[in-house]
Amino acid sequence: MMRSCKEVTRLVSQGEERDLGFLERVELRMHLAACRGCRNASDQLRFLRRAARSLQEEDEHTAGRA
Amino acid sequence: MGARETVSSPLPSPDDLQARIQAERPYLLRYAALQLRDRDAAEDAVQETLLAALTGSSGFAGRSSLRTWLTGILKHKIVDHIRRSSREQAAPDPAEGDDADFDALFDRRGHWVDPPQAWENPEGALEQGRLRAVLEECLKGLPARTAQAFMMREHLGLDTPELCKALGVTPTHSWVLLYRARMALRLCLERNGFGR
Ligand SMILES: [Zn+2]
Repeated sequence: MMRSCKEVTRLVSQGEERDLGFLERVELRMHLAACRGCRNASDQLRFLRRAARSLQEEDEHTAGRA
Repeated sequence: MGARETVSSPLPSPDDLQARIQAERPYLLRYAALQLRDRDAAEDAVQETLLAALTGSSGFAGRSSLRTWLTGILKHKIVDHIRRSSREQAAPDPAEGDDADFDALFDRRGHWVDPPQAWENPEGALEQGRLRAVLEECLKGLPARTAQAFMMREHLGLDTPELCKALGVTPTHSWVLLYRARMALRLCLERNGFGR
């Protein structure tokens, strides 16, 4: 594993913003295949997008829900 | 997604619509405050939204819910406000202390001290709306610009050029802000028992 977990989390985040280079993609994939902590973190960082979308209440029917 | 409002009923009368628009004010204020992090700015943005809605209410065709329509207007006002305030105060350089906040998560070689565990059924929590309150609290704990970067990217769906324009920062800077926001929010959700 050439990349540290810290670097990998940064790559996962940047991968949402820009096209990663070939080498970055290979290193990322290799690290994720071997590191469960980063796989979990990666899933969770991406899940945040769907969570952020949910911060808008669609219409009046959901408004009263606590 | 929640059930869509049925639109079989005839369009409301102007007076009725005006009252219904005013009734959405508390919701809109909460929504704006979450993203602007400034009560006065949130009041302004909502005021502008209500004004635009009341003068242009013909734009409300009743196809979406009133709330969705008003929120759509408010989103633009929110980005306008962030852009204006970013122009007034230059962004601090995020380079110094780069991600030092997360040093405790990793050992000296940059590996997890305590590797993240898989979350238990996060989608379920999302669907049941259990996530919203926790996420809102976590957002409030972030520095204002970090939270704004996250919300404009992930909630409003701005891309990098739009985000940079709104915040007055370079792409690299915007990625640093987003990385910090995501890492901090992930950690905050976990510490609040999310996913267990
Ligand atoms: Zn790792």
